[in-house]
Amino acid sequence: MAHGALTLDHEPVTGIPHGKLGMWIFLATEIMFFSGFFATLIVMNHANPGLFEETAQKLSWQLALLNTVVLISSSLTMALSILNLERKDTKKFQLFLGLTLLGAFIFLVVKYIEYSGKFALDITPETNVFYACYFLMTGFHGLHVVGGIVPMVWMLGKSFTEAGYTNVGRVEVLGLYWHFVDLVWIFLFPIFYLLYNPTLIIF
Amino acid sequence: MEAVVTSPVEEHGHGHEHDHEHHESFIRKYIFSTDHKTIAKQFLGSALFFLFVGGAMALILRWQLAYPGEALPLIGSMLSDRFVSDGVVQPGFFMQMTTMHASVMIFLVIIPLAVGFFGNLCIPLMIGTDDMAFPTLNMFSFWLVPPAAFFLMIGFFHESGAAAAGWTHYPPLSVIGGFGHYMWTIGVFFVGFSSILGAVNYIATVLNKRAPGMKMFDMPLTVWALFITAILAALGTPVLAADLAILFFDQFFHSSFFIPEGWVVADYPNNGGGQPILFQHLFWFYSHPAVYIMLLPVMGVASDVLATFSRKPVYGYKAMVFAIMAIAFLGFIVWGHHMFQSGMNPLLGTTFMLSTIVIAVPSAIKTFNWLGTLWRGSITFSVPMLHALAFVATFVVGGLSGIFMAAAPADVFIHDTYFIVAHIHYVLFGGSLFGIFAGIQYWYPKLFGRRQNETWGQIHFWLTFIFFNLTFFPMHLLGIGGHMRRISDPNVYDFLKPFAGMNEFITICAIILGFAQLILVVNMLMSFKLGKKASRNPWRANSLEWAAPSPPVGHGNFDKPLRSYRGPYEFSLPGKKRDYLPQWKKPAKSESAEESAKQAAGGNGQAAGGGGH
Repeated sequence: MAHGALTLDHEPVTGIPHGKLGMWIFLATEIMFFSGFFATLIVMNHANPGLFEETAQKLSWQLALLNTVVLISSSLTMALSILNLERKDTKKFQLFLGLTLLGAFIFLVVKYIEYSGKFALDITPETNVFYACYFLMTGFHGLHVVGGIVPMVWMLGKSFTEAGYTNVGRVEVLGLYWHFVDLVWIFLFPIFYLLYNPTLIIF
Repeated sequence: MEAVVTSPVEEHGHGHEHDHEHHESFIRKYIFSTDHKTIAKQFLGSALFFLFVGGAMALILRWQLAYPGEALPLIGSMLSDRFVSDGVVQPGFFMQMTTMHASVMIFLVIIPLAVGFFGNLCIPLMIGTDDMAFPTLNMFSFWLVPPAAFFLMIGFFHESGAAAAGWTHYPPLSVIGGFGHYMWTIGVFFVGFSSILGAVNYIATVLNKRAPGMKMFDMPLTVWALFITAILAALGTPVLAADLAILFFDQFFHSSFFIPEGWVVADYPNNGGGQPILFQHLFWFYSHPAVYIMLLPVMGVASDVLATFSRKPVYGYKAMVFAIMAIAFLGFIVWGHHMFQSGMNPLLGTTFMLSTIVIAVPSAIKTFNWLGTLWRGSITFSVPMLHALAFVATFVVGGLSGIFMAAAPADVFIHDTYFIVAHIHYVLFGGSLFGIFAGIQYWYPKLFGRRQNETWGQIHFWLTFIFFNLTFFPMHLLGIGGHMRRISDPNVYDFLKPFAGMNEFITICAIILGFAQLILVVNMLMSFKLGKKASRNPWRANSLEWAAPSPPVGHGNFDKPLRSYRGPYEFSLPGKKRDYLPQWKKPAKSESAEESAKQAAGGNGQAAGGGGH
């Protein structure tokens, strides 16, 4: 840095920290990204009458339900980890962030079991457009879970090496992202596993 | 909303100057820099490089159209047999050239210049701050461009050649097209990711980092335009990313999302149920707003340049802002006008036609306001001003020819002809590129601290303006005459034979136009060292970037505490001695009051941001 440059970093004009504001804007772009997929799903459903109902019952809603519970719980533990960091309780923060991380891993393991079950039956995106949508959307959701794991590991590591780790803002931003990933799954779960599955229609 | 601390003088008024003695390594300073000015230079340099790559591709096309069957001069013997035979361009290579010329110009030249370069250069300086909200993210969004270029170009080194399905990359051709097409998908995905990260950064920076005292409606129109552009990019680009992700599935996992039912070709396993037109809907949902992503920033730049060199306030500042917003909003509901011929319900086509024609209203507001700004102004025909005037003139031509295409019945005839080619070049070259040249010339002294050679700038402008019009205006006539685009040899059609002379004329003009751009680059490079030193405010303009030294100091831009007191267009105020009143000038009561306010503004920075980042 040259001489004479001033630090002009004022308080954020909106009162929202840069990171949080940026994450909200980024989540808006993410909504548009998944909207493209949902639009595709709707078009494919209309273009192929009967196909979705016929194929959807071959998906395992039990595994998906398990994943739903895991992911919602991980959102709760994420919120608790932020709360405990605000209270400067590092031990509990690490516990709850660790549990969130565990939830993310369980989700991916269940996903792996589900996918390999499909591959064993020779079911791939090539099979039909329902499966193509299924692999596309759950696949990209899975990538987003992986995208959450990376900073989680990093922050957890930081909290062990750095005494008195108190970067609440950063963990909060990660929390926003994680809740979004959770929310996408809340849409994917009923659409793929429940909506078109005639065996689950009780009325 | 304002985070202005009006506390009196703090005792440590200038205690926060960086007195670092450490030197950043070469890599941190010039390559993986987080300084927005360096990143702007990187965007500028890479885009100008690709401008010549894309231009060379265009000249190969033009040569083949003017002299079909004749060997390419100079480079014909150097190209591989996969592209040429005895130096003559082969039809497949011609298609690769049309595709890659457009892809390079759009994704590696105009978007990086209009958004990457201006966004990085103008936003922090014009809102009076030290850097972007996320400097590291900013660096990352530039460094996604080289891999994007790599994936776009790598097809040329593969036996099946580069992508040749047109820059719109419609399936099913793009799905079965081979290696170059697969890599194209990945390359554009990288560009999109870069755009998204940039957009997030720009929005956050504009909302959060404005200098004390600067309200949203005190921002220069360039910043407004870039802000709205960033919103467009943030909401549009992800849809393209989704579209490309689906295309990627079709290409790599044979999922046949976009393959028509019952379509059989080669060994592609068609599983049925696909909808090729869905690709087009998703693609144009991004790519129509992308037209405005490439145009809006330049509209802002032109507004600033026109006001400065007419010595008049921008006519109808708020109307200009609302017109930008209206164009951005309408831009999202008109994409179907690219698909009148794709097999869309005519009723839906009519809807898109009407929404498209409505865009003429905000565009006309902007055009008339530019003319209102010039009206009875004290105009200096400097190089930036000439480019800005050329922008307005050619934008009007491009806008008017656009109305022909917006009207579905007329579009049935001119669709896929050179009329479209003429229109896109009047908007993207005549519009965007002239505006970009205006901006480069206008901010060059600020960015590099030197003035460019005025004479060579004038020569470059006049050659470009004259030969631009001579190149692209006749294309309207070719199009009306039924000359199809993307054909490698017009002479095989009898009805196109009378156009052979016109094609030749266009090619000669295009070659001169291309070589004229060397003047721009040579002038820029020579002026790094030889140009006259620029003062802080060489154009006597009002916005905050002119308060910084030229070039701005190190990583932080400003050497004095900064506060905005008024709008950016206070030119020729009645009863004032000087004909401009910069945003940073305190309303003068007395010398001592000014002094204490300076220190108060300094105290602000101290109180609020002592920690830095």
